[in-house]
Amino acid sequence: MKEQLKKDFYNSIKNLSLSQKDIEIKKFCLDNFIDKGFPNKKEEDWKFSDLNQIIKNNIGELSFYNDQASTNKVDTSVFVDGLEHNKIVFINGRIEKIDFEYEKKDQIEIIDQSETINEFENSNSLSDLNNAFTNKCFKILVKKGYQLAKPLIIYHTTNSKIWSKNINLRLNFELDKDSSLRLIDLFNDVSEKNFLNIFYNFELKENAVLKNYKVDKFENKNIKYSFNNIDQDKNSISETFILSSGSNFSKNEINCNLNGVYASAFVNGVFLLNNDKHHEIRSIINHLTENTKSYQLIKSVLEQTSKAVYQGKIFVNSDAQKTDGYQLSKAILLNKESEFNAKPELEIYADDVKCSHGSASGSLNEDSIFYLMSRGLSYQQSRELLINGFLLDVVEKITDSEIKNLIKNMLGIKE
Amino acid sequence: MDNRQKEINNLKDYKYGFSTDIENIQAPKGLNEDVIKFISNIKKEPAWMLEFRLKAFERFKVLKEPDWQKPKFPKIDYQDLYYYSAPKSMKDKPKSLDELDPKLLETYKKLGIPLQEQARLNGIAVDAVFDSVSVATTFKDELTKQGIIFCPISEAIQNHPELVKKYLGSVIPISDHFFATLNSAVFTDGSFVYIPEGVRCPMELSTYFRINASNTGQFERTLIIADKGSYVSYLEGCTAPMRDENQLHAANVELVALDDAEIKYSTVQNWYPGDQDGKGGIYNFVTKRGLCKGKNSKISWTQVETGSAITWKYPSCILKGDNSVGEFYSIAITNNHQKADTGTKMIHLGKNTKSKIISKGISAGSSDMTYRGLVDISSKAKNSNNYTQCDSLLMGNKCGAHTVPYIKNKNSESNIAHEATTSKISEEQLHYCQQRGLNPEEAVSLIVNGFCKEVLQQLPMEFAVEAQKLVGISLEGSVG
Repeated sequence: MKEQLKKDFYNSIKNLSLSQKDIEIKKFCLDNFIDKGFPNKKEEDWKFSDLNQIIKNNIGELSFYNDQASTNKVDTSVFVDGLEHNKIVFINGRIEKIDFEYEKKDQIEIIDQSETINEFENSNSLSDLNNAFTNKCFKILVKKGYQLAKPLIIYHTTNSKIWSKNINLRLNFELDKDSSLRLIDLFNDVSEKNFLNIFYNFELKENAVLKNYKVDKFENKNIKYSFNNIDQDKNSISETFILSSGSNFSKNEINCNLNGVYASAFVNGVFLLNNDKHHEIRSIINHLTENTKSYQLIKSVLEQTSKAVYQGKIFVNSDAQKTDGYQLSKAILLNKESEFNAKPELEIYADDVKCSHGSASGSLNEDSIFYLMSRGLSYQQSRELLINGFLLDVVEKITDSEIKNLIKNMLGIKE
Repeated sequence: MDNRQKEINNLKDYKYGFSTDIENIQAPKGLNEDVIKFISNIKKEPAWMLEFRLKAFERFKVLKEPDWQKPKFPKIDYQDLYYYSAPKSMKDKPKSLDELDPKLLETYKKLGIPLQEQARLNGIAVDAVFDSVSVATTFKDELTKQGIIFCPISEAIQNHPELVKKYLGSVIPISDHFFATLNSAVFTDGSFVYIPEGVRCPMELSTYFRINASNTGQFERTLIIADKGSYVSYLEGCTAPMRDENQLHAANVELVALDDAEIKYSTVQNWYPGDQDGKGGIYNFVTKRGLCKGKNSKISWTQVETGSAITWKYPSCILKGDNSVGEFYSIAITNNHQKADTGTKMIHLGKNTKSKIISKGISAGSSDMTYRGLVDISSKAKNSNNYTQCDSLLMGNKCGAHTVPYIKNKNSESNIAHEATTSKISEEQLHYCQQRGLNPEEAVSLIVNGFCKEVLQQLPMEFAVEAQKLVGISLEGSVG
């Protein structure tokens, strides 16, 4: 792999106009990655999902060079109907379209940051890999007081042109004071056996509101890793919803720093897995100052030999008095070979806090099924009703009604 | 109130902090094959035992000290410890209590365990371990009548080799982790209990551990076997003198429960916790593991952890037999600069197995407490159940309380439920108690005892009273 990495790295930077210093930094990151390799289960954070092994078994040899010169045709059929929205389209990791047609042009600024490398507070080797290979990086700045009229949908599409490739993406967002953004990440893959490595960085200033919905619904054989870093100032709110279902393997990490008083973070997730899929959500909520709040709810429905993992951590600094932290994960195992692993963690250094977590996993409640069947439903219907009800609990947490309906339709949940 | 205050003042300082001036025989300092042979030789052990030790030592040489735990500690120099220390007068073992060195007897009297009287009054059989050797076992005759074997493990190796050979290392194999393997190589003494088929042990069995000599590691090994349909309740208490340096305590405890047997193991751990600035104290790195080998067997761990500079242990249950039950009740209290990383492992292998974990952690001062636990339901453990509850109480904003549970469910017919909360004593509760005439410290003690009640109830009577007092005392000076 080492030779391949080096060869692909020089091919990639050849086409970029980078200063000597930037090349040095990128090279440093590459060396770091070569040194550490893909994370494996010996690392505590990857204990339940050995990425190194998963890539080896599913993809084999990866190549890292992506030809960014030729454009891809944007397939408009993948666009969401019935919801007016702004678009950013990624095809095979290349930005093909940025379109804020519904917004005031002077209120949103798109800054090319390809030449700056910002460090993430993430020590794992994937951030090094991302740093070494990302070649276009934009920052989207929503100006003071501006609230986007329509949601922004980022389409992550891949087509059959790529195979056994590693794709690295990076986007930065800054929401200035009193601004708000609704953001949907929609994954749509035609390709197979690629590894997507996505890093987002959000900076929320005072009173800013971010709603991020990550939807991975369509069946595909790719491996995905996505890392969101969210820094929150006074009074800001972040809401993250993750629908984790389509890919063969997917790991979503959320790192949220509540830096300002009265900041709050919500992380909700649904795992809906079948076959031998293996998905993970790992969240770290850092309560760094007083009067902050976090709420997390993760529910899983697991069929066949699928496996879901939830690792959630609430960290409370000694200054963060009056913290309110809550975390709940529930799983229904529908097949005797499905598996749910959880590591809900609390690390608390302040005494005047209210923190709790709960985790439960088990089978569908036979008594409930009996109840429904005795009222005339078939076994299948009762089962569906119970599962839908179970999932609806999380979906109802979505605060945006338009998007809530969109996701309900995708899951086939009717009220 | 005066009485209670007096009692508290009496107990405010670590009252077991004295050391006894007794002549010792020690093995040469350091860890090598010769020291192991020395230990084996002085105990007149058969060849297979020495082989067991040397095998463990071979393995130990390749193992590395683990470093994933939360409380970090300065590196221990394993060559700078004495691995064997025994009161000189024990060289030829006394045959009865009357022949014991009076100084030893006095030590145990100070500890509140008058061995002679205990035999007559309390109805608890005691095995006392002083540094590396077991000094006295009480109530022997009565137990022997029922066929119960309760003796130092060194004696069991001589007298019941078939049992020791069969079960020693069957739950904690010599190839286990660093500290367990170290123990297998150099363990000196400990208790051995065998309850024959169908016997319900008529009294509580108890071991009292005491580290006296300085610079000594204490490595005892306890092996309890409950044969089919038997029952035993076993208590363990520990203290050590106040010394400025840290002392290592790395014991192994193995429990084996056969069909329909039940073992109840209770610990009140009160090793010297170090002074207020965190100087000195015991490193308590103990491996405790129980195997529910037979059907319908049950193992239950109850622990009250108030001492030690660092406590790092996870009493575990391997639920191998169908319908077996594992329980874990724990109170861990840390104050000043104490650190604890403790919890349990419940490994469900058999069908219809059940486990229950109740853990209460209280941290005060500048201490740090972690609950770390594993619940693992394997794919064959159909219809299994686990319930976990871990609550933490924080006092002051310099301490930390952490919860790190690992939950693995590989079986759709099994249920796992886990709950954890962290909070502080509310102003309302304090106000209510104070309004009714309690002073703040009494109020805290009352509330904390209520918080711990679920666990305290599990302890045998005699221990429960002591533990309740300990809970109050450990938190002295933490309010305000």
